[in-house]
Amino acid sequence: MPQPDVLAPPAAEASATAPAAPPVPRRRGARRLVVVFGALAAVTISSVALFLTWGIDGHWDYALPRRLEQLVALTVVGVAVAVSTVVFQTLTENRILTPAIMGFDALYVLLATTLVFVLGAPRVAELPGLLMFGVNTALLVTVATLGYRWVLGDSSRGLYTLVLVGVIASTLFGSLTSFMFRVMDPNEFDTLMTVLFASFNVIDTTALRVAAALLVVGIVAAIRMVPTLDVLTLGRDAAIGLGVEYRATVTRLLIVVAGLVAGSTALVGPIVFLGLLVANLAYQLTRSQRHAVTMPAAALIAVSALILGQAVLQHVLHFNATLGSIINLVGGVYFVGLLVTESRS
Amino acid sequence: MSSHRDDLVVAVAPWAAAATVAVLSIVSILVGVIDLDIGAVFSDADTRQVLLTSRVPRTAALALAGSAMAVAGLIMQHLTSNRFVAPTTAGTVDAAAVGLLAATLLFGSASVMTKIVIALAFSLAGTAVFVLLIQRLRFKDVLLVPLMGLVLGSVYRSIAEFFAYRNNLTQSLSSWFNADFSGIIAGRYETLWLAGGASVIAYVFANRFTAAGMGEAFAVNIGVDYRTTMTVGLAIAALATAAVVVTVGSIPFLGLIVPNIVTMILGDNLRRVLPVTALVGAATALACDILGRLVIFPYEVTMGTIVGVIGSAVFLTLVMRKGNRYAAT
Repeated sequence: MPQPDVLAPPAAEASATAPAAPPVPRRRGARRLVVVFGALAAVTISSVALFLTWGIDGHWDYALPRRLEQLVALTVVGVAVAVSTVVFQTLTENRILTPAIMGFDALYVLLATTLVFVLGAPRVAELPGLLMFGVNTALLVTVATLGYRWVLGDSSRGLYTLVLVGVIASTLFGSLTSFMFRVMDPNEFDTLMTVLFASFNVIDTTALRVAAALLVVGIVAAIRMVPTLDVLTLGRDAAIGLGVEYRATVTRLLIVVAGLVAGSTALVGPIVFLGLLVANLAYQLTRSQRHAVTMPAAALIAVSALILGQAVLQHVLHFNATLGSIINLVGGVYFVGLLVTESRS
Repeated sequence: MSSHRDDLVVAVAPWAAAATVAVLSIVSILVGVIDLDIGAVFSDADTRQVLLTSRVPRTAALALAGSAMAVAGLIMQHLTSNRFVAPTTAGTVDAAAVGLLAATLLFGSASVMTKIVIALAFSLAGTAVFVLLIQRLRFKDVLLVPLMGLVLGSVYRSIAEFFAYRNNLTQSLSSWFNADFSGIIAGRYETLWLAGGASVIAYVFANRFTAAGMGEAFAVNIGVDYRTTMTVGLAIAALATAAVVVTVGSIPFLGLIVPNIVTMILGDNLRRVLPVTALVGAATALACDILGRLVIFPYEVTMGTIVGVIGSAVFLTLVMRKGNRYAAT
């Protein structure tokens, strides 16, 4: 589980760098970080405890392994969504665009559908699941990188154009997917559903292992690039001036983002507004621009939100709702608020 | 020279549009699983029955729904003076679906008319929230407005999803967002005449909508009651949307694209543009449905799916066009 090791650097770094910097504001910032991370860790740990023990009625040996499996999936997905969103927002230099809003999730579903549609169900059933997943991910990485270069490469487009393009592109991908669902024969549709979707409630163990492995690789890659990401926040020109190989770095980061999106979408399907919500909460709480701070904070928020949400879903709502619709409701309202404040500033 | 040519375009456009609708209607009547021999209408009772119970109602429903959605979009664009506002991008459709869900849950056995009235109330309220929100924006970007509407719509939709899931209505909900004309027979489409009637009322009020779109100060200055005009305009759009969503399901983006293309050719005179918009809307709906009937013949792809693919692709190019007059931010 990644929380402990991602949590470690900011605290250590904060205390190590504190004396060198101008004393008063720096120390106040450091104290703020300690408080924020302490609170986030406490929330995460208590939600994990709640999730594992709620209503267990002494059936530890039955419930615990299953709940642990779910817990790992939720954690991995939460961290992946948080990290990919923060990285993407640094790349695009704003706080509104996220991979999900730009249609990456919908694109993954569309590509997987197209693949089954083109190859046909029998051939897909013969292929090992791992290979299918790998091909899907590779496709997403390629298409997303090319599309990103085409859409975002032209800096004359305004921010709202980009967001609108993303929202409409998601609709287009969704319509194309449902068009293929209609045209497809039912056997192919069945195969597709098993290839495409697991959910938090029913987790396919092999899919979980594969996706989790991919996500861990992606997360490690993102952590290793933290210093570069910090330089990128200064803007494209400053980053190039400081010796960042801009094009290559952007491509590498996009690959990481696309890989993380593919993994989390394969595990639980698209959750559009989660990334937006946790990334912005993390910026507001930490008031920091350093990725060693914002990425773990966003990850902790995402993980505890997912775990708490799932616990409430299971025990209060008795599975009578989907986590996705609740997150999209809260996230959508937050997004509207964000747009209004952004336009007034 | 060029103004002469423009006059010609303006004079020819309505007739061209009407001719297209006529041709597509005939095609729509002829295309189907049973091969119709039109010559046998008077001699063969079966042919007559297929024609009168299924093909003609379906064609009429398509023409009515398509023109009503296009006109609703045109009015909303004028009222908000923003080319990207339409029932699909202002939360109107999603709010109507919430209303239809509420009607289904609370009054299960309600008549279609009751459902339309409840859906109308919801879609009017949902659109009003949108209008209030965009009036609060200080820096009113052309693209921020539809973006706001799309996100607001997704909020409405997730409310609907939450309650639909709890009542096993998820499948019904998804069918309300995807227009399907395959189930239309005589006796099941007549509510769409309401939507058609809304378009006629819109034509009567056309000039006032243009004035209201210029802003409250301007409208009041030339003697137009701003609030009443806004309310009437939004009510017409909401009525058309509610009738279409309840009867066949929403037609995504049609109300956005058709008015944009028509005004690109004919200019912004609402009274002149409105009838052509209605005709082009009908033609688009007919063409998409015929395409859906032919793609996997003898099965059908729903018309909403076809419009969704074509519509979002066209919308995307409208937004992405280089140096386009809307996208400057």
